[in-house]
Amino acid sequence: MKAAKYGSIILITFVLIAGLAIPIVPNPQTWLEFPLIPGLEQKARNILYHVPVAWTTVVAFLVGTFYGLRYLKTRNIDDDIKSVSAAGLGFMFCLLATITGAIWAKFNWGSFWNWDPRETSIFILLLIYGAYFALRSALETEEKRATLSAVYSIIAGITVPFFIFVMPRMLSGLHPGAAGDPDGSGPVVQMKMSPNMLVIFLLGLLGFTLLFIWLFNMRVRLARLEYRRLLQEE
Amino acid sequence: MSVSATYALFRKDVHSEIRTRYALNALIMFVVVAVATILFALRSDQPTSSVLAGLYWVVVFFTAMSGLSRTFVSEEERGTTMTLQLVANPSTVYFAKLIFNTVLTISLTIAVTLLYVTVFADSFVIQTMSTFLVTVILGSLGFASASTIIAAIVAKANTRGTLYPVLSFPVLVVLLMTVMAATTKALDGEPFEAALGDFQILAGYILAMTGGSYLLFDYVWKE
Repeated sequence: MKAAKYGSIILITFVLIAGLAIPIVPNPQTWLEFPLIPGLEQKARNILYHVPVAWTTVVAFLVGTFYGLRYLKTRNIDDDIKSVSAAGLGFMFCLLATITGAIWAKFNWGSFWNWDPRETSIFILLLIYGAYFALRSALETEEKRATLSAVYSIIAGITVPFFIFVMPRMLSGLHPGAAGDPDGSGPVVQMKMSPNMLVIFLLGLLGFTLLFIWLFNMRVRLARLEYRRLLQEE
Repeated sequence: MSVSATYALFRKDVHSEIRTRYALNALIMFVVVAVATILFALRSDQPTSSVLAGLYWVVVFFTAMSGLSRTFVSEEERGTTMTLQLVANPSTVYFAKLIFNTVLTISLTIAVTLLYVTVFADSFVIQTMSTFLVTVILGSLGFASASTIIAAIVAKANTRGTLYPVLSFPVLVVLLMTVMAATTKALDGEPFEAALGDFQILAGYILAMTGGSYLLFDYVWKE
């Protein structure tokens, strides 16, 4: 876990500094210049932070559902601990993605919230997390809580493809890839970044994923200790 | 799972419903109250078709949320869950409850439709009947498929009444958005073909939800 810890610290620090320090010019000549994207200008830098956070939200959701599914197979309470730890982190990253996105939307599109397909999806994801934790607190015994919340996270996971593949085609929106986008709608958005920006962007994705792994590991260890203390008290 | 056992369980639910009329009476009163509230709020305004389509499914959603969890909650309350586990295998129970909830939701939409056609005589005019019928049937199936498994989860929890809509809404959002869009098309008199895309989404949703619930129901039921 040392690798994830130091890797995420180094990568995120690098992306923060590089993303803010490299100047944006109309006609970039060297590697240390970003091209000017019309409509985004200086605000384009947020893509290096907002998108990795949103990406980590999805990773956390998938990890949580995966361990929920594994709990149903193995009935090992450790898998439930992992599932709920991932869900807690997913909720945090989901909130961060919502807030960074809303601020970006305010300065780029004029208002904090527009009910564009991706904004709707992340709002529903927040609701799913809220419902998931409400359900957990309403169940008393350990095994019941683990089983039923795992089932709920899978049922909620079934609807996720509809948000990713169907909703962008139904609603017109502002994010790339929504209905009405001249480059075509769909989940895969064409990257129109310059190579140097793309490198920093990918390092950002990697850095935030490592951050998730590090935090996830810490939370799992903490939750295991708490669970063991609970067992001893009984 | 056998068809006759599923049918027997379904009939058992229908019989106990006819004897007590618990769900049906409460649901119909809920519909009347909800529509009356909407009428008070709108007064003499003439709502557009998209507003009416939205309000139609809002009423169906909240009414369903107040009634559909009964199928499992009543088994828990009467202490008959264990007996049911002994006499039937889980998939039989699941499909019997699913069919019962589908029938309940369809009767619910019939009640709401009749009421809407009467009280919004000028604005709630179904111009494309085929679109409307398919929307309501697929919508009811979708509602039942998602809310049956969640009712089974909620029946095991402590705060059943409040938890049910909270758990159901995120799962039902896709369905609600699609049926609202399709109902608006039916009210606006767009041709049947215009809503085909919506029906494809609905069919996919019903298949995914029913399949997922069928696979997961064992875990919930035996908990």
